[in-house]
Amino acid sequence: MLRISEHPILTFKHGQQVAFRYDGQELVGYEGETIAAALHAAGVKVLRKSTVLHRPRGFFCAIGTCSSCLMKVNGEPNVRVCVEKLKAGMVIETQQGKGDLREDV
Amino acid sequence: MFDVCIIGGGPAGLKAAIAAGSQGLSVVLMDDADHLGGQLVKQTHMFFGSEQQRAGARGVNIAKELVEQVTSLVNVEVVLCTTALGLYDDLVLTYETEGSYRKLSAKKFIVATGASERMLTFPGNDLPGVYGAGAVQTLMNVYGVKPGNRVLMVGAGNIGLIVSYQLLQAGVEVIAIVEGGPSIGGYLVHASKVRRAGVPILTSHTIKEAVGVNCVEGAIVCELDSQWQPKSGTEQRIDADVICLAVGLSPLTDILWQAECEMVFVPELGGNVAYRDSNMCTSKPHIYVAGDVAGVEEASSAMVEGELAGLCAAKSLGVSGAHLTLQITSARSQLEELRSGPVGDKIRAGLLQAHR
Repeated sequence: MLRISEHPILTFKHGQQVAFRYDGQELVGYEGETIAAALHAAGVKVLRKSTVLHRPRGFFCAIGTCSSCLMKVNGEPNVRVCVEKLKAGMVIETQQGKGDLREDV
Repeated sequence: MFDVCIIGGGPAGLKAAIAAGSQGLSVVLMDDADHLGGQLVKQTHMFFGSEQQRAGARGVNIAKELVEQVTSLVNVEVVLCTTALGLYDDLVLTYETEGSYRKLSAKKFIVATGASERMLTFPGNDLPGVYGAGAVQTLMNVYGVKPGNRVLMVGAGNIGLIVSYQLLQAGVEVIAIVEGGPSIGGYLVHASKVRRAGVPILTSHTIKEAVGVNCVEGAIVCELDSQWQPKSGTEQRIDADVICLAVGLSPLTDILWQAECEMVFVPELGGNVAYRDSNMCTSKPHIYVAGDVAGVEEASSAMVEGELAGLCAAKSLGVSGAHLTLQITSARSQLEELRSGPVGDKIRAGLLQAHR
């Protein structure tokens, strides 16, 4: 279990527990935490494959700067899951390739 | 048109907003995150410095106070989840918010974008489980999630030492701290705390390779000679599921390059920074810098620099008075004090090269 249960200085105020889907699997996390934090707590460390050599990638900076954690969220590709907040019912998928631009933009 | 637009709501940006806002100017404070405070929100340790810079307080609590001060100023508008994109000579800033592209104008801009974590080159450094020290702090101190169970820390500067201690507080095992240099870079008070907890600090050691198929399973570390070359035969394997890199920060200067501020490479300040005068104004008269983007230092000096930039921007807009002059003088002498002594040698040498 990677959730911290006791801490000498901090108390963690988690949001409501919510269910979400990750590559077809049903997982739970807390609303308001980042998708990356929820996935990590659930033991998911590989977030994507690099586009050329297909090497596994996780998050690195956790503040939305390095682009190591891009995933497909509710159909939208290239979402930085280290800063995107988890919401109930989200559909999170491992992205294949570089992703396409939305046609309505 | 706003009087002052501040890009970045960390320690420097918050203090800049308070300083400029307290002079009655119309201020907009922008941040790409959904909260103010920047990296202060994950700093659970107590700060050093003098009382003026909040020594003894924990970063996370300083952030709360500064945010309260900012939100109490009615003439300071805070915009979150908003990313600055381009800064132009006609005083226009373009930005993205809620998926749309917008513009605003301001007479002065204070760039307080902070810094990003440095990478280290070694085979396997892209494996999941190789994390920046700041990322580890965010994960455990903001979201309450452990990065893993067994951590190898790379770097014995203050960040490496502090994050190691925070890992122990979160109930995570720290196997060792490796440090390439011949001595511990951070304050001894931090080093002693982790050593007392039984964590070895291996100086003149580095990581040679991360081992693992899909995720980090271990690391090969080795000893370095006085020329920083690996000594053959000294390799040893350490089992770990996290390799935490605390090898320094680089200023996040993208927008300064784009705005064509004159830049200079100063290793002592963490990389490329903008030339600035004693008012924190860059080669562009409408662009000021403050905090880590102006040179990587501590949060305490970032706060004072932010205050100085906010006050000087206000002065350049015609605000005057004995009180303002006094505040500016006080900010300058606080910075001087923070950078005094042997600990400040490097920063002072760096600032000489960036000063104009």
